[in-house]
Amino acid sequence: MTMRRLINLKRVEARRIYLTYAIVIAAYIICQVMSSTKILSSSMRGMLVPICAYMVMAVSLNLVVGILGELSLGHAGFMSVGAFSGVAAAVLMQNVIPFAPVRLAIAMIIAAVFAAAAGFIIGIPVLRLKGDYLAIVTLAFGEIIKSILNNFYLGVDSQGLQFSMLSDTTRLLPGGKLIIRGPMGISGIQKIATFPAGFILLMIALIIVFNLVNSRSGRAFMAIRDDRIAAESIGLDITKYKMMAFVMSAALAGAAGALFAMNYSTIVANKFDFNTSILILVFVVLGGQGNMLGGIIAAAVLTILPEKLRSFSEYRMLLYAVVLIVMMLATNNAEIKEFLSRLNPFKHKEAD
Amino acid sequence: MKEKTKYVPVPSRSILPERDAERAPVLECVKLGITLGGIKAVEDFNLTIGRTEIVGLIGPNGAGKTTVFNLLTKVYQPTTGTILLNGQDTHGMSTMQVNKAGIARTFQNIRLFRNMSVIDNVKTAMNNEMRYNMVSSILRLPNYRREEVAAHRRALKLLSIFDMQHMADAPAGSLPYGAQRRLEIVRALATNPSLLLLDEPAAGMNPSETADLMDNIRKVHEMFQIAIVLIEHDMSLVMNICEGICVLNFGHVIAKGTPDEIQSNPAVIEAYLGRKKEA
Repeated sequence: MTMRRLINLKRVEARRIYLTYAIVIAAYIICQVMSSTKILSSSMRGMLVPICAYMVMAVSLNLVVGILGELSLGHAGFMSVGAFSGVAAAVLMQNVIPFAPVRLAIAMIIAAVFAAAAGFIIGIPVLRLKGDYLAIVTLAFGEIIKSILNNFYLGVDSQGLQFSMLSDTTRLLPGGKLIIRGPMGISGIQKIATFPAGFILLMIALIIVFNLVNSRSGRAFMAIRDDRIAAESIGLDITKYKMMAFVMSAALAGAAGALFAMNYSTIVANKFDFNTSILILVFVVLGGQGNMLGGIIAAAVLTILPEKLRSFSEYRMLLYAVVLIVMMLATNNAEIKEFLSRLNPFKHKEAD
Repeated sequence: MKEKTKYVPVPSRSILPERDAERAPVLECVKLGITLGGIKAVEDFNLTIGRTEIVGLIGPNGAGKTTVFNLLTKVYQPTTGTILLNGQDTHGMSTMQVNKAGIARTFQNIRLFRNMSVIDNVKTAMNNEMRYNMVSSILRLPNYRREEVAAHRRALKLLSIFDMQHMADAPAGSLPYGAQRRLEIVRALATNPSLLLLDEPAAGMNPSETADLMDNIRKVHEMFQIAIVLIEHDMSLVMNICEGICVLNFGHVIAKGTPDEIQSNPAVIEAYLGRKKEA
């Protein structure tokens, strides 16, 4: 039997994956054309990078919530670790690597590594827990990361990197530069994040997650989600696979955080609070757990919507809530789902 | 503080010692016991199972049959006694390690990966024999493709034993009840066990389904040449396919022997039917 036959047997899944890639690429091309022909307003153009970052966050959290089946309420914490380490790396590399896209790419890789390390350290205690307890502890760790970064000072001078906690005691030599300034965060960031970079990161995140899900590791994640006891009984190392999913998810969140941060001139730790974690969770839940495309669409809609509703400023949050409820009903209603699947030209022959 | 398991180096006798003569038994339980919430759920459980024996574990409700399975698979750690699997002490092992060492099981209330396809259920169980790592799965390196194709082929072969290859792509949760039970057995077999534990495989089946199941168990036994222990309430099934039977009541072994011996054993009859009122 050849690989083609294998893909044939898994055609339903494969089709969904290719559809996701196709929609993301098409959306990217449309947005590029619209922004180059000035159809897109400048405020919308400014939102393209944050939307990409939130989409990557949705994909990343979906790996933990939808595929592994554990609720994480501290995902913004990994985003902030990535944002701060990525921006700090970009500042340090400013003179070494003058070409901005390469600097951005390396900064995102460094951000991913730091966030993955944070994910691993946090994962050791957290992944011993199950269900609600795990969710509560991830919430706490998200807040801990925020507090640490709020009290973290990092500077660079001719003697190298210096850091201190709580207050600035780095005593930099003349000519040195304080990069992270505690609650003031990082300011004067060069805005090197671009929409194409965001698109590439999203595609990489999708390829990583889809390929991981369709491998022995992905099957192990889903097995743990569906039945933990049975998963153990067939010899799966629960801790190992939970950690794998958690660290990979944290790494993607870190890269997204770096992308997000380098779209603004100033970034503070308070930006990545509990509300941000919940916002990302809302993308995942609304888009459907385990459904990457749904999460991406939800991220786009829920980022654009509050901006578009600015003209009704007084009713903005009210409308936002109504849209949330309608979307939730629509995505969970069996009849509407069936109606939507009838509209989908790919799904006609799958009923057999 | 977990109480340390006491090693009791007294081998008990296999129910059918002549069956696998000169071959080391696949499983030896010696003085196995567990206390759950102050109650001795299983006590002084001795059982030796030959390499290719089919053993029935029977007894009234609450006798501790499933507890024995949970002890063997280390869902519970035994408070006393020793379990030797292929001559190796399983003390301190986890469920996962016991499976790697050779015990696979099914569950009384079916535990499938319901949202995954039938074939993925089987392939998940082959996880430990696959070698490619995360990087080759993300980059789709040649060893990923090679091992996935091999696993796919083997999974289909295993499914074809129970004539289920045509359902390979259906979600496991959507299968009819009997097929779910069969899939659980296939999944257990996919881990290459030397001992297969079946917890009430015929529960909820009609007589013709039970007859099919009986054939299937025999088929598996012949094909794989492994030891099988089954818990079952359907006496026709137990008496037909088991070579040795062990009867539990209130956590104690009350009888061991061949089906004929068990059927005429007064202690067994008493446990199932009660004692005649004495005058």
